[in-house]
Amino acid sequence: MTKMDITEYFQLVFTDYTLRTITLGTAILGAVTGMLGSFAVLRKQSLLGDAISHAALPGIAIAFLITGAKDTNTLLLGALVSGLIGTFWIRGIVKKTHLKSDTALGLILSLFFGFGMLLLTFIQKQPNANQAGLDKYLFGQAATLVESDVWLMAIVTGLCLLVLLLFWKEFKLLLFDADYTKTLGFNTKFIDILITSFIVLAIVLGLQTVGVVLMSAMLLAPAAAARQWTNSLATMVFLAAIFGAFSGVFGTAISASQTNLSTGPVIVLVASVFVFFSFVFSPSRGLLFKQIRLIRNRRDLELHKTLAFMHNIAETHDDISHPHAIKLLNNFQGYTRKTLQKLVEKDYVELQANMWSLTKTGFETAANLYTKQTTEDE
Amino acid sequence: MNSAQIEIQLIASLVAIACAIPGTFLVLRKMAMISDAISHSILPGIVIGFFITQDLNSPLLILFAAFTGIITVVLVEYIQKTGLVKEDTAIGLVFPALFSIGVILIAKNANDVHLDVDAVLLGELAFAPFDRLLILGTDVGPKALWIIGVILLITITLLIAFFKELKVSTFDAGLAASLGFSPAIIHYGLMSVASVTTVGAFDAVGAILVVALMIAPAATAYLLTTDLKKMLSLAISFGVLSAISGYWFAHWLDASIAGSITTMLGLLFLLVYLFAPSKGVIAVMYREKQKRTEVSLLTFLLHLKNHNELEERHVNHLREHINWQKVRAKTVLELALKNNMIVVNESIVSLTQKGNTFTSKAIDYIITNEDAQIEDMKDDFFLFRG
Amino acid sequence: MDKKIAVKVDDLTVAYNYKPVLWDIDLEIPEGVLMAIVGPNGAGKSTLIKSILGILNPIAGSVAIYGKPYKKQRQLVAYVPQKGSVDWDFPTTALDVVMMGTYGSLGWIKRPRQKEKKAALEALEKVGMLAFKSRQISQLSGGQQQRIFLARALVQNASIYFMDEPFQGVDATTEIAIINILKELRKAGKTVIVVHHDLQTVPEYFDWVTFLNVKKIATGPVKDIFNDDNLTKTYGINYKVSIQE
Repeated sequence: MTKMDITEYFQLVFTDYTLRTITLGTAILGAVTGMLGSFAVLRKQSLLGDAISHAALPGIAIAFLITGAKDTNTLLLGALVSGLIGTFWIRGIVKKTHLKSDTALGLILSLFFGFGMLLLTFIQKQPNANQAGLDKYLFGQAATLVESDVWLMAIVTGLCLLVLLLFWKEFKLLLFDADYTKTLGFNTKFIDILITSFIVLAIVLGLQTVGVVLMSAMLLAPAAAARQWTNSLATMVFLAAIFGAFSGVFGTAISASQTNLSTGPVIVLVASVFVFFSFVFSPSRGLLFKQIRLIRNRRDLELHKTLAFMHNIAETHDDISHPHAIKLLNNFQGYTRKTLQKLVEKDYVELQANMWSLTKTGFETAANLYTKQTTEDE
Repeated sequence: MNSAQIEIQLIASLVAIACAIPGTFLVLRKMAMISDAISHSILPGIVIGFFITQDLNSPLLILFAAFTGIITVVLVEYIQKTGLVKEDTAIGLVFPALFSIGVILIAKNANDVHLDVDAVLLGELAFAPFDRLLILGTDVGPKALWIIGVILLITITLLIAFFKELKVSTFDAGLAASLGFSPAIIHYGLMSVASVTTVGAFDAVGAILVVALMIAPAATAYLLTTDLKKMLSLAISFGVLSAISGYWFAHWLDASIAGSITTMLGLLFLLVYLFAPSKGVIAVMYREKQKRTEVSLLTFLLHLKNHNELEERHVNHLREHINWQKVRAKTVLELALKNNMIVVNESIVSLTQKGNTFTSKAIDYIITNEDAQIEDMKDDFFLFRG
Repeated sequence: MDKKIAVKVDDLTVAYNYKPVLWDIDLEIPEGVLMAIVGPNGAGKSTLIKSILGILNPIAGSVAIYGKPYKKQRQLVAYVPQKGSVDWDFPTTALDVVMMGTYGSLGWIKRPRQKEKKAALEALEKVGMLAFKSRQISQLSGGQQQRIFLARALVQNASIYFMDEPFQGVDATTEIAIINILKELRKAGKTVIVVHHDLQTVPEYFDWVTFLNVKKIATGPVKDIFNDDNLTKTYGINYKVSIQE
């Protein structure tokens, strides 16, 4: 692909056949991995995707060695088989030995990948000139997508969507409470295998575009970003699909507008930006607003403390609005000029020269503070 | 064997040892995937370090890149602490992002950085002997050998100096804290060693092999022993064995040395995984079958002890009421007969004196939660095992 | 006793990792009782109800719900798992969780509709949580989460309710609210089986009790069998019903 800038890219997307194919492909891929990634994240299987994608590499090499063809579908079939073997071996290791799941993941990931690299370098030394192009499975090369690849992605995505809609209720139930699902009479093994197979399938589909090394991020990042914006599973899956699709399109656009850039790393970076943005700016869970809320709560607390203190003093008098000297407050630690000013603004307190007095509303608010506090604690 | 070949094997072996030591502790502390994260995320550190030092083998670069490794760990822990995502998701988010930055930096500066992405993943062990270290004009050996040698020396020194602390904090963090070893210092110390080792080995064997060399030998050794010192020495031996055999396999196949060493590690793991005497899959499956039968036997004996009614003790009851498949009921009945635990009289099963004693003892042990004792007891009572 | 037997457990033996946790349990639970299962930690209380519900596979024995195997009687049974067994940060609302109680009767693929939603809202009202129906579940207190779980079971409209430590980590108000609902269920002729920790409240809350410690120690009406003798047998040490503070 030749060099161009991003605006040029977006002008060309609608006219240029190759660009349209590539863009469509990465968008679909981002959407389907985002969707399925939501399930992986919620099932606490985030790193399984990493292991599966690495484990797929020897499958690609072996499929090439056996058939000698570099037809994408054959190679991806090899990837699928070897990815599934890796997945089941991980389960076997965790189940049958004392090794923990993260060791099993790391083992399968590195061993399969190393074996795959051995085969790839072996293939490269063969006289067969056909081998060029297997490298793209490391970091992904969206430019090599052709129309039939996109069709394959679209069909799998459609299938995935159909299954998702049909078994939505069952998926949700299993993700939230597996034991309960069993007591209601659903076959949890079937649901589990259904989800896992689609996750493996989505990973394999993405290898050509994003590559084995970074594929797992496509699964996690959109889902992790989406989780921050919503408390509904449906919205989360939908948002993850959108984030994934946008990461795909933007990533492709940027990498197409530069020379020498693999698609995989760029798409992953775009997705990471989504994550970062969501972590910081999400209104309900984001770090920024959490911090603001924390500060505001602390200030409210100080205000309440002062008000409560004033209430205690005012109570000793029959007339609640009886003026008291500001000096009285100086013995109290929560008190500052600023909080006093705030209380005046809120119309809880009236100031006259060096004297303050509680207003009626101020007195009532202070009296209510205790009861409110106790009900909130409950 | 020429001297270059010897040097390559030497480097590979030293890398294997340097990886196996921190790797053992990572596996024991359930942090294997952290090493994967570090190995990926040091890449931007290496590239930026190279811009500064202009020398891939500079110690400064190694420290700088290792620092990126520590940052990764801190970042992962920070994200975990925010509670925004589940723990393992944090790892999966951080390292791909950092690795992507590294790959892009390399691609954008391809002309200035003599690094390519293949080398990042696989290393260039075959070329290591050509980069010599010259001191005052004298050739003292390949640079890679010196780098990894120094790292290994530091690692071993730290291991010997802090062995007790590492051991206690790995197996009982609470005890370690109460003894006054700060878990945080040991944690970050281990992470630093892992990062430095990863960077030092990275140039020679690549990112993925570092992970394999850290996890696989330790995991293999873990299937063979529970003793920490034995586990360390086994892990080191497996690492070196794979390094040397892997080199010759690659030589014969004319393919990547790193890939070949990983493959050897994989084969070794597979062998041990299948055939390890007590923790191997075959042994586990055999023992599970035995235990299943013996638990069934105990169940059966207990049932006999609990019920005096003839109907409950009829041979057919085993099938109908206790709900076992025919095969297992038959095996259990035969095993009990062989061990003189029961007698069958006109299809009515009764406990023998021996069976009665055995069952009473078993119940006591189970209720007092001393299940382990049952295993010893089985040795005393059983003539034949399940 | 002329009452029908709601749950019958026969020779049940369950093992974890080939270590027995329940031994040869025979148990008959009559219809219409409010029963506590008590026993020390690791006595197999949760294991017992999980095995009855088919979540765990026993190595021997059988379970009958009104005379038939559990698989055929599923619609008669509702389950409240331990609160800690699920991820409360899951992106869903209180109403959504309660709706899950209707999934069993809906079966595969069919979606919940207005009828199911109405049932869920009614259950929420019964446990006093209607105001929180749209609340994200992580923003509920421990007691509120437990009420949501109870509402989910109520929606199932079952005859037998199994509950795993419903009073753990809940406030006093919730504890009273829950026990009142359970008593109401009993009044309506339902059978309620509760894994329970607090021995002091047994006589006040329950009318039936099972002592369990790997083996079944005793089962029957609280007034007949809830005594020092059985407590000592179950907990091993000298236990007195009237535990002094």
